[in-house]
Amino acid sequence: MAFPEPKPRPPELPQKRLKTLDCGQGAVRAVRFNVDGNYCLTCGSDKTLKLWNPLRGTLLRTYSGHGYEVLDAAGSFDNSSLCSGGGDKAVVLWDVASGQVMRKFRGHAGKVNTVQFNEEATVILSGSIDSSIRCWDCRSRRPEPVQTLDEARDGVSSVKVSDHEVLAGSVDGRMRRYDLRMGQLFSDYVGSECGRGCGTGREDGGPARGTPASLTYPSLPQGPITCTCFSRDGQCTLVSSLDSTLRLLDKDTGELLGEYKGHKNQEYKLDCCLSERDTHVVSCSEDGKVFFWDLVEGVLALALPVGRGVVQSLAYHPTEPCLLTALGGSIQCWREEAYEAEDGAG
Amino acid sequence: MAARDSDSDEDLVSYGTGLDPLEEGAGRMGRRSGACSELRSGHCAPGWATERDSVSKKKNGDEDLSEFGIAPKAIVTTDDFASKTKDRIREKARQLAAATAPIPGATLLDDLITPAKLSVGFELLRKMGWKEGQGVGPRVKRRPRRQKPDPGIKIYGCALPPGSSEGSEGEDDDYLPDNVTFAPKDVTPVDFTPKDNVHGLAYKGLDPHQALFGTSGEHFNLFGGGSERAGDLGEIGLNKGRKLGISGQAFGVGALEEEDDDIYATETLSKYDTVLKDEEPGDGLYGWTAPRQYKNQKESEKDLRYIGKILDGFSLASKPLSSKKIYPPPELPRDYRPVHYFRPMVATTSENSHLLQVLSESAGKATPDPGTHSKHQLNASKRAELLGETPIQGSATSVLEFLSQKDKERIKEMKQATDLKAAQLKARSLAQNAQSSRAQPSPAAAVGHCSWHVALGGGMATLKASNFKPFAKDPEKQKRYEEFLVHMKQGQKDALERCLDPSMTEWERGRERDEFARAALLYASSHSTLSSRFTHAKEEDDSDQVEVPRDQENDVGDKQSAVKMKMFGKLTRDTFEWHPDKLLCKRFNVPDPYPDSTLVGLPRVKRDKYSVFNFLTLPETASLPTTQAPSEKVSQHRGPDKSRKPSRWDTAKQEKKEDSVSEFLSLARSKAGPPKQESSPLVNKEEERAPESSTNQTVNKGVDAQAEGEGSRPSMDLFRAIFASSSDEKSSSSEDEQGDSEDDQAGSGEANFQSSQGTDLGETSSVAHALMPAPQEPPPSIPIQKMQIDEREEFGPRLPPVFCPNNKDKHKTKKEHRRKKEKKKKHRKHKHKGKQKNKKPEKNSSSESSDSSDSQSDEETADVSPQELLRRLKSLPLRRQ
Repeated sequence: MAFPEPKPRPPELPQKRLKTLDCGQGAVRAVRFNVDGNYCLTCGSDKTLKLWNPLRGTLLRTYSGHGYEVLDAAGSFDNSSLCSGGGDKAVVLWDVASGQVMRKFRGHAGKVNTVQFNEEATVILSGSIDSSIRCWDCRSRRPEPVQTLDEARDGVSSVKVSDHEVLAGSVDGRMRRYDLRMGQLFSDYVGSECGRGCGTGREDGGPARGTPASLTYPSLPQGPITCTCFSRDGQCTLVSSLDSTLRLLDKDTGELLGEYKGHKNQEYKLDCCLSERDTHVVSCSEDGKVFFWDLVEGVLALALPVGRGVVQSLAYHPTEPCLLTALGGSIQCWREEAYEAEDGAG
Repeated sequence: MAARDSDSDEDLVSYGTGLDPLEEGAGRMGRRSGACSELRSGHCAPGWATERDSVSKKKNGDEDLSEFGIAPKAIVTTDDFASKTKDRIREKARQLAAATAPIPGATLLDDLITPAKLSVGFELLRKMGWKEGQGVGPRVKRRPRRQKPDPGIKIYGCALPPGSSEGSEGEDDDYLPDNVTFAPKDVTPVDFTPKDNVHGLAYKGLDPHQALFGTSGEHFNLFGGGSERAGDLGEIGLNKGRKLGISGQAFGVGALEEEDDDIYATETLSKYDTVLKDEEPGDGLYGWTAPRQYKNQKESEKDLRYIGKILDGFSLASKPLSSKKIYPPPELPRDYRPVHYFRPMVATTSENSHLLQVLSESAGKATPDPGTHSKHQLNASKRAELLGETPIQGSATSVLEFLSQKDKERIKEMKQATDLKAAQLKARSLAQNAQSSRAQPSPAAAVGHCSWHVALGGGMATLKASNFKPFAKDPEKQKRYEEFLVHMKQGQKDALERCLDPSMTEWERGRERDEFARAALLYASSHSTLSSRFTHAKEEDDSDQVEVPRDQENDVGDKQSAVKMKMFGKLTRDTFEWHPDKLLCKRFNVPDPYPDSTLVGLPRVKRDKYSVFNFLTLPETASLPTTQAPSEKVSQHRGPDKSRKPSRWDTAKQEKKEDSVSEFLSLARSKAGPPKQESSPLVNKEEERAPESSTNQTVNKGVDAQAEGEGSRPSMDLFRAIFASSSDEKSSSSEDEQGDSEDDQAGSGEANFQSSQGTDLGETSSVAHALMPAPQEPPPSIPIQKMQIDEREEFGPRLPPVFCPNNKDKHKTKKEHRRKKEKKKKHRKHKHKGKQKNKKPEKNSSSESSDSSDSQSDEETADVSPQELLRRLKSLPLRRQ
């Protein structure tokens, strides 16, 4: 008696601003959805991590305990814990409900750019500017990492985890994929010549807001990788690098499937992602917009103006056309045009 | 927020509070719809909600932290995983309610509204054409199933008696066309619920449902045989009348009593024939009018009586089990005496061979041949000998012999410690004895000595007197003491007396005796206590090998061009064997891809620290440590301290130029086989001589990687000679700066180095001395210089001079000139060393083709394959100027 699946709707892009939240935590370094997309985390430059219900705009909890700005955070699959990493070189495991620090992993020699849980939230993988990825065991009380992946030649800017893979983008221009099941490391060179002398100008707001965490390299001969991610079908990898280019690579062969240009990303570590059904490629831009490209055709589908400044971070809802962007000290929640708030709480 | 949080934290989740009022529920449920559609679907027990829920409605957002929020406090089955099958208990409860409700069947309405939720498997099966009530599997023809099983086929195990399964179906003998297939019969799954009660097997308690409402339960089939009369009026009346009765299998029957037939069976008249019929009704009873229940069961009844109730799915066997055949015990031999005696074991030696013979003869068998031992006369070692095993070290007479050396030592230590305690006690008494017997040694004292000797001697047996010299100031006394120890070891009773100076007075003797005894004790104790506090080094501090990754990401330059051409794929990809940690695999729920390996990360190989060019000459002799391997650079890159890595822009340029060398090296390595450790003595020497320069550890770890690289680098010309250098000469600004600052020392280092390669050694060393860097210069230059000195003592092939033909004289006279010329190349060179990268063979053509202008003389070498090159290198004669 099951009803047949409704016909797949044409993909809709989140372009209706639903909400703008002033997070009140300095510059928002990163915004992340939780596992089911009902909540989000914001990483502030004022050393706090905040948990929100983005649709209703309510602050649920503030997590403080970092010694420096928080640069990335992630939630566990069961929503019971969070992990975050920041400029204090520490990786912190939080208890969601109590807001307490459960573990603090120290060992990185530089600030932690990115953190991820594995599928079962038993391991935290953290990528740091010290060019290593460390795998921290959440189960045991061991203070040292289970393993340190130190193949990168320069800072690790992005780490993503699938059920058996670790995908890491590094400033050395390489994207490395560690396949645990095969026991192999695939290293794809993506860096290319930077288009022009990468500027140093920062048009971002005042000191209270802070400036985006930029990859400050006076001159960049190659395109350091700023963000990598798996496609949702696990067949492709999306890489963004500082040459203002996103590339879609075949995961298995490393071949180039698509290239997406038009946005501006020459200085900062900006996020990119794929839409909820892998139909579009989404990227932040330094000109205050979010760019949407059609994944297959590679044409620009939408340049969504968010505001003045650099769109520092974004997060895409796992199942719905819902986008969160972080610009300056606030986050914005975007839905598709047809979206209407289900509940009156809005 | 904080106040609210703390508030809500104190809320205990308690179940049992009533659900929210209706008007409230609608909105809230909707909001929570994603998380708890169970509430809607009715799978959550309606009417049950947490107190938290009801409280949180006033607090906007608190439900986000409740059961279905982001941080659930309890484990809740979400809709996705909830079982969609009908809950039997609830079903029963509903039936019960329906029966007792004022309007019977009122729940029918509920059933109609129940959302249709089917499990995924159910839906899948349906889509595959399955229908409820059918079995799963390919469709079958019914014909073959009705055939009787072949009598020739034996059925093992628990097979149902033939015909019992088919009996229910297919009795109707309709015509079934061949092309009609049927779905397989649905099979009720075997109930595997564990038995957790103390009832007997297959016991079924009173089912109130059936007992009370009498819906065709088995208890009402008590009159099983009479079911054909179910339509009778009496039967119906019976059912109605029993509606409120109680019936049960074990109801009212004691455990020890034999079960009655059925104490609740009611005899009714309807069970009896009331009419005498004329003809035989066909039941073979010929007018016998006993109750129907006794009619058919007659024969099986008696079986059942002692077997008890037959379990579901079983039936009584028609054939009795064939009784087990009992075999008689084996016949014993006539002269067998059931007594065993143990033959005395006598080792075979020359002395008791006679005895052995007698013994064996008495046992009823003569020794067949002294040469060939019978099985029992061989001991383990002899058998091992016969088998050709290598004999175990030492005479294996005790278990202790099989212990490892380490264990033995430990045991000895333990023994010593315990002996020591006893010895201390004894020694104390001895001291007293000695005092008392100072004037005249009494027999008692002698006895005391004796025991003390024994005690102490055992402990001292292993001690070395040489290490501990308590009387070093007085050599005479020390000598006496050592003598005393020796005597002690030999177990001589009068050790003390013997070694004492006869010219001493009694008092002196007495004192010395005390001293010696105490010293011996002290020594023993200090020995054991101290040794227990130290442990062996696990790693050699001064090992001359470093671990470097076996494979390295190769050239970036080619990749960059590939990227420019958008030729991603093979050209831009490097694949390595990578070993994840075992624990990591476990945490990821992934089988360990290399279960046998203990390696973690990229495979690493040990290589000599100073050895890159050792490999070139390795096969002939022990290599000369003339060249310092640049592998330190590698270790620096791969070292534990990642924060110290050079910044990306200088590695980027380095990487471009490294590949040709690294490729060559890898080739050479593959030719040379596993690297050997040869340069160690030299290095040690070096260390001793130049301790003020930081140890080779620091050198190799590379505090100042740049300077170090410059200092320990082999001649540029060598590189240039071997490999046509790549065309791009550009170096980043930082490199230039560094180059300037290091110019002098680098030049000298280079010069030294070159001189060592092909020129007169005597000269070289002097030059090297002249050029010896100032003390504040970085340490790496010192090792080079030392090595050159050492080179005179070491004989072996040097790097052939052909590689730097134009440098041989130049390096002294035209050093300056050359330095300028090579200023730019240096950076490239040291990067050559920095990372040895394996390069795919097809890549070398591109790097070689881009020749630089300054290597015309070696053009031909560039064309030659690396293998050929290596071969030539080896075969070149040494040339001395």
